[in-house]
This record gives sequence, structure tokens and C-alpha cells, in this order.
Amino acid sequence: MENKNKVLLKVENAGVSINDKSLVKGVSFEIKQGELVTLIGPNGSGKSTTAKIALGIYKKIDGKVKKYTDKIGYVPQKISIDWTLPIRVLDFMTLTEELTQDQINIALNLTGVEHLKNKSLSNLSGGEFQRVLIARAISKKPELLVLDEPVQGVDFKGEIALYELIKQISEKMKCGILLISHDLHVVMSATDFVLCLNGHVCCSGAPHKVVKDSKYKELFGDRASNILSLYEHKHDHTHSQDGTIDQK
Amino acid sequence: MLNDFFIRALLAGIGIALITGPIGCFVIWRRLSFFAGTLAHSALLGVTMALVFELNIAFSVFLISAVLAIFLLQLQTKTNLPNDALLGLLAHSSLAIGLVIIGFLTTIRFDVMGLLFGDILAVSQSDLLLIWGGGVFILIILKIIWKPLFASTINYDLAKAEGMNPDRYNAIFTILMAAIIAISIKIVGLLLITGMLIIPAALARNISNNPLQMVILSTIGGLLSILIGLFSSLEFNTASGPSIITAALILFCFSLLKFKKYSELKK
Repeated sequence: MENKNKVLLKVENAGVSINDKSLVKGVSFEIKQGELVTLIGPNGSGKSTTAKIALGIYKKIDGKVKKYTDKIGYVPQKISIDWTLPIRVLDFMTLTEELTQDQINIALNLTGVEHLKNKSLSNLSGGEFQRVLIARAISKKPELLVLDEPVQGVDFKGEIALYELIKQISEKMKCGILLISHDLHVVMSATDFVLCLNGHVCCSGAPHKVVKDSKYKELFGDRASNILSLYEHKHDHTHSQDGTIDQK
Repeated sequence: MLNDFFIRALLAGIGIALITGPIGCFVIWRRLSFFAGTLAHSALLGVTMALVFELNIAFSVFLISAVLAIFLLQLQTKTNLPNDALLGLLAHSSLAIGLVIIGFLTTIRFDVMGLLFGDILAVSQSDLLLIWGGGVFILIILKIIWKPLFASTINYDLAKAEGMNPDRYNAIFTILMAAIIAISIKIVGLLLITGMLIIPAALARNISNNPLQMVILSTIGGLLSILIGLFSSLEFNTASGPSIITAALILFCFSLLKFKKYSELKK
């Protein structure tokens, strides 16, 4: 099990500014194999930007990013396919990697969209498209998965199933995952490490530590802390009724 | 029996159609129609430069197109003007400069009409060699860079994140576009080469549902346009370049008519 701890990505004091305006700065974290790191924060706090810094999409950044793997699967926050480009789900699956029909079928099956294989991408609904995006990212068996709000537009039932799938993938395939999400409830329960962003890192650490942080409460309000503590009760069996965060 | 010059014209046209088919698809996928038009307009300047400095025409056109592409990239970083305005600026100013220089070249006899609309019936054997040699080269490069170029066309961030280096392939594609304009300028002319790039790809889009199919149909559409255009220009004694583009337009209209039927065939 010694390679379980292999570091896949190391971000050191990184930031990016466009036209002298800082989008995000001073971000440091690392992702190891089998680890799920989550970025949370309000709109415009630099979550997607941080993911893009980690992926090396920006040409000029401050700080350092070290990647120790080339096998990366990425689900961007927004992707639009022009009508002028006719493309089926099938063609999209092999965008950056050669895959066998079996591999394509298995990946699409995992996210529940195998029946859409021959459909045009432009005819898919928002939720279906997200499922295809996730299927494509996992089909190449990446060592590092970067998921930028992967379940946006997916129905409630599917959302839980997909988060469950993401968790399974990190455990079974031992890949590291960088996840951006708004869903504090689901995210916090499965995450190993949380970074709370607001133009910089407000607080970071294991979920149960982060929710105790006063900065976290400032950003998301007291209710956000309560949601998690109630959720954690189920697992920890610490039955404090008032829902305060100091437990264990 | 067909004349020699006509067979050469056919061979040249077929060569052009085989290249513009696939490249044209990428041109409309990447929304580069106007950019292709701008490069084509600058070709006039390229030709006049060739005459002034006694260079090879194709080489000179290629060089000017490449300079123009670099100049455009510089402009984009220096001003916030929208892309279409910058392209319009470059297209018409390079055309104008070319025409001004022609005015000074009083000693050289110069067929401007031939340059604007092409003269496929005057194709020489060395032209054929250039088209087929250059064409094979362009298609091989396109085949090699197909996957990363296609991924970059779909989404820049995605391609970059998964190790595709989209900037490199975007640059290579720009060079391929400059090259195709350089080798086909004599055949279809600078005003019509953009049509040859766009119309077959556009008609293919109407009747295809995946990228490969569109490339194949676009090539077939281009070939048919060349054949119909050339034979009708022989028959009705019309200018060859415009006849080819007119044929392409008619095929495009047919693709609209058939649209419903084909889309039912698609799954």
C-alpha cells in the first residue's frame, strides 16, 4: 500500500491575476492518490480558477504547481458545443483518449447514460450532458480527476447516485479527486480535505475542523455548520441534540 | 477527346477539393470563415510582393498570410476591438495596399481578374505538382494533428487540462490555412477560395451527424462542385472559378431540401 500516498498534485502559494486584478491568490494544497479534496466558496471566490491553475490552463500564474501524473480527467464547469460541429456522445467519449467500445459502454453505463451513445451532443439535456462529461472523464482511468460542479442540472436522485459514484471511484481506482461543489451537505461527508475559498484560502483542513472555523461560518452562515453536524451525527453516533459543532 | 489543358484543370480542381473538404470543416467548426477570407484578401499583396521581388507566387502568398496572422495576434493583445472588426481592417487594408502597389508596377503586365477569380484553365504542370505535392503534405499534417486539433476545437480548457497543448495545434492549423490559400490562389482566385473552403463544409453539415461523416461529405461536395463547375464552364463558356462556386451553392441548396429526409436516417 505504499503507493497509496503518492502525491499527484502539489499547488504552492499559487494565484492568478488578469489585467492586474487578482482572481485568487495564495492557494496551497496537495492531492494524494485516493484522496478527495474539495473546494468550496461563494460565487466568484475563485474555485474554478483554482482548478484551472492546478490543471495548468493559465499561461501565467504566481506560485508553483507540480503535477506528478499525466493521466488527468477534467469535467469543466461550462462547455458549449457549437451546432456547426456534428458530434455524437460516442465521438465525444474518445476526445482525448483512444477507447474500446467496451470501455465506452462501461463508462456510460456507470453514469446511467448508455442509451444515449448514438445521440447528438447538442440534443442532450443539461443533466444528461453532465453525465456524459463525467463518463468521459472517468473512462480514461485517470489518476487525477478534476470535477468542476459535476452534478449541476442533474436530478435529485441522480445527484446522490453520482456523488456516490465519485466516492467509489476515488476508493476503487485510487485516483485523487479535486471537486468543486456547492452542495455542502453531500460534499463534506465524503471529503478528506476542504479548502474554503474567497479570493484566497479562508480556511482549510478536514471537514469537521473547517466547519468549526469562524471564517467558514462567516462565509456560509450558521446554518451551514448545522447541516454538517446533523449529518455527521449519523456516522459518529454522537447524539447532541442542539446541533452545535463541538462534538467528539 | 478532352483537351490537355482541361485535364490539367480537372486534376488541379480535384486536388484542391480534396484539401478544402477536410480543412473547410475545421474552418467552420472553429468559426474561422472570416479569418480565411482575410487571409485570402491578403494574398493579393502576396502576389504583388512576388512580382516586385521576383519570388515564387505561392511562397510569397504563404509568407504574407503568415505575417498577417502574426500581426492579427499582436493586434488582439493591443486593443479591445472585436475580432471581426480587426479582420475587416486587415482584409481590406492588405487588399488596398496590394492594389496600390500594382499601380506602381507599370512595366509588368498583370491580370488582376485572373488573380481575383482564378484561372483554372491556365494551370501548368508545375502548378499541378505544387497542388498535389502541397496537398498531400497538408493532408498528412492534418491527419497527424487531427485528434489534438479536434479536442482543442471542442474546448480549449479541456484539451489543455488533458495534455493536448491547444496553442500549438491552433498555430499549426493557421499555417495550414495559409498554405492552402497559397497553393490554390491561382486556381480559384482570392475572392473565391473562401467559398471553396466554406460552402462544401456547410452543405455537409446539413446532412451529417458526426465529424468524420461531415469531412467525407464535404470532400465529396467539393469534388462535385469542381466537376460540375468545370464542365459547365466548358459548355457555356463561363469563367471557371465562379462556375465552381455557383455549382457548390446549388449543391448547398439541395442539401437544405434533403435535410428532413437525412435527419430521419440519423439515429
